[in-house]
Amino acid sequence: MKPVYFDYASTTHIRKEVYDEMIPYLQKEYGNPSSLYDMGIKNKKVINQCRKRIAKLLNAKSSEIYFCSGGSEANNWALKGIAFKHTKKKEIITTKIEHHSVTHSCEFLERMGYDVKYLDVDDLGFIDFGQLKNIISSNTLMVSIIMANNEIGTIQDIKKIGQLCKDWGVIFHIDAIQAMPHIKMDVKNLPIDLMSVSAHKFYGPKGIGFLYIRNGIEVENLIHGGAQEKEKRAGTENVPYIVGMTKALELAYQEMDEDVKRERMLAQKLFSILKDNIKDIKLNGPDIGINRLPGNINLSFKGIDGSLLSFELNKAGICVSTGSACNSGSIEPSHVLQAIKVPKEYINGTIRITLGKETTSDDIDKMCQFIINYYHNK
Amino acid sequence: MIYLDYTSTTPVRDEVLKSFIETTKNFWGNPSSLYKFGVISDNLLNMARDQMRHLIDAKKYEVIFTGSATEASNLAIKGIAYENRKRGKHLITTVVEHPSVYHTFEKLKDEGFEVTFLDVEKDGRINLETLKKTIRKDTILVSMMYVNNEIGSIMPIKEVGEILKHHHKICFHVDVVQALGKIPVRLKEMNVDLATISAHKIYGLKGSGALFFRKGIKLTPQQIGGTQEFNLRAGTVDVPSAVALAKAMRLALEDIEDNYHYVMKLNRRMRDILSKYDEIIINSNAEHSSPFIINCSLKGIKGETFVRAFEQRDIYFSTKSACSSKVVSPSRVLKAIGLDDDLAMNEVRFSLSHLTTNKEIDTFEEVLHDVINELN
Repeated sequence: MKPVYFDYASTTHIRKEVYDEMIPYLQKEYGNPSSLYDMGIKNKKVINQCRKRIAKLLNAKSSEIYFCSGGSEANNWALKGIAFKHTKKKEIITTKIEHHSVTHSCEFLERMGYDVKYLDVDDLGFIDFGQLKNIISSNTLMVSIIMANNEIGTIQDIKKIGQLCKDWGVIFHIDAIQAMPHIKMDVKNLPIDLMSVSAHKFYGPKGIGFLYIRNGIEVENLIHGGAQEKEKRAGTENVPYIVGMTKALELAYQEMDEDVKRERMLAQKLFSILKDNIKDIKLNGPDIGINRLPGNINLSFKGIDGSLLSFELNKAGICVSTGSACNSGSIEPSHVLQAIKVPKEYINGTIRITLGKETTSDDIDKMCQFIINYYHNK
Repeated sequence: MIYLDYTSTTPVRDEVLKSFIETTKNFWGNPSSLYKFGVISDNLLNMARDQMRHLIDAKKYEVIFTGSATEASNLAIKGIAYENRKRGKHLITTVVEHPSVYHTFEKLKDEGFEVTFLDVEKDGRINLETLKKTIRKDTILVSMMYVNNEIGSIMPIKEVGEILKHHHKICFHVDVVQALGKIPVRLKEMNVDLATISAHKIYGLKGSGALFFRKGIKLTPQQIGGTQEFNLRAGTVDVPSAVALAKAMRLALEDIEDNYHYVMKLNRRMRDILSKYDEIIINSNAEHSSPFIINCSLKGIKGETFVRAFEQRDIYFSTKSACSSKVVSPSRVLKAIGLDDDLAMNEVRFSLSHLTTNKEIDTFEEVLHDVINELN
């Protein structure tokens, strides 16, 4: 049975158009891009064209796109790469609602002697800008913020934060892994210095992503070896995946307006039905609208065990997540839900529903019906 | 087209591609997800691990999937060095390692570790007595490659493993990237603690590697975040690549003996052909090298000119290790085996495969004759 998939923020399938573009590079065009003969040179050109295509979408320069193995590597690279290259300053500012690849990198840097400040967020997940303004100083090395939160979908005011960083001469990194398929980026006019992106969140392959590094920003290498990626990231380039990611991002950009509209409408439908039928329900994060990822509906039910609910949903072939997939092995409520202070009687009754390309109105009906039945028969 | 650069990268086998495509299409769930669709991916991932363990005498080893062999070696070396820095800061490697190992050690040296880069003999192998003398009380890691990627020399890994048996606290890492599927790799028998493999050198996909390590060995993770891969390598696992890697490995090991003997015959033919010309000096030692690699230096002909002449006739081989092709300096490996700058600069490497045919070697022979005449 084909599962009814409501976990697009966790991962997505590779779409056919992407796949078709990858296939030649998985078959005949297998040359190593570092080889000096035409078979290799051709593939080097292919990946540089991909760099250009991606740069064009982002209004970036192609020399600012560095391919890597995915979002976690990009986040590790951004944090550690900046910290180890610019050793004079030791202060880093981030938030309490980052993805673990950022949080754990920050904790690692703390053990290395860095001073990391974790910004509070309000009950919708927006950072406390006043607090940031108070803390930031000329001693601050970098600020790292998740642009759109993976659990509750809160979209931060990156422009405002970036401008403040710029005023203080502070390096600004954003984790745009969830934002990328839903928000058009114009890095030329966005005051950011680094940005992490992962392909499997927008119907590209797993195991590929990139780090945008603004020209002029120096970053220490994370992986040492060959001279690939302008001597910044060693290892034979994954040509088919780079091609696939590029195509996936182009399609995401082409279809973004329509996707956002559709997903937001479906999210609105889902929430209205549930709200009309269940009294003790709470939407975590901002209202459905421009400040929230369009396909994200993070819900808490009073007096319900979220993991039991998701277990039952799962048995019925409906895939949802309880927390972020990366930490769903742990039993504690997620750090994000704690940071936005979800009330005690609600916090354990949380599920994350995320919509995507193949979500239909029927799927929403099925999901709502199941949850309503479950709630009233609990 | 005649491809003689299988050391650089290989085409993906049809069966491997099929496994990849099937997994991609049907089992694309996140293996960290708790629902059935995710659990299926996780099961596939662990089946791939199990299969790989059994293939190289590594039942008591753990397998971590990485984005490349370069990443796997970085993780092994830095992971061991950082984890054990309180116990000791002496590390041993050789001067002929792949850049992913060599530059990682250079980086650790910059950070305050003491690194001994062992010299090699003319045949590209280390001297075991020198190794014994180099080992100190505070040595925590020995790392060396099994088969050299430039000249094909085979390191005496089993003998090194024997020596290290008497030094329980030293971890032994081996880059088996160019050995796997070509000569026998038996981790437990060789007393290897950690081993790096690559998929795209064994007819698998690029962007896919793995690190084997003996269970119980502690590593400091390099990419942190989620709890994937035993908390040692954060990031959503690329399950289709992992499944494809296990398949590629199984197939590469299936016909290993037949392939070895077949390629050995091709190697002898190549050597006969190449030794007819005074302009060509064969650098790969005939006795202690993998038959899959023949490295030569050119006298009076530039490596690049030579490669271009063949390229025009649709024959491909490399002038230097592909990973560092852009760097125009004499080969570190060839200098290590005693060649002068000129010979170490004008290096060409032919690498063979079970896919190489005798007919291709015939054509190569004719073209070589023409090219030498043309360039003289």
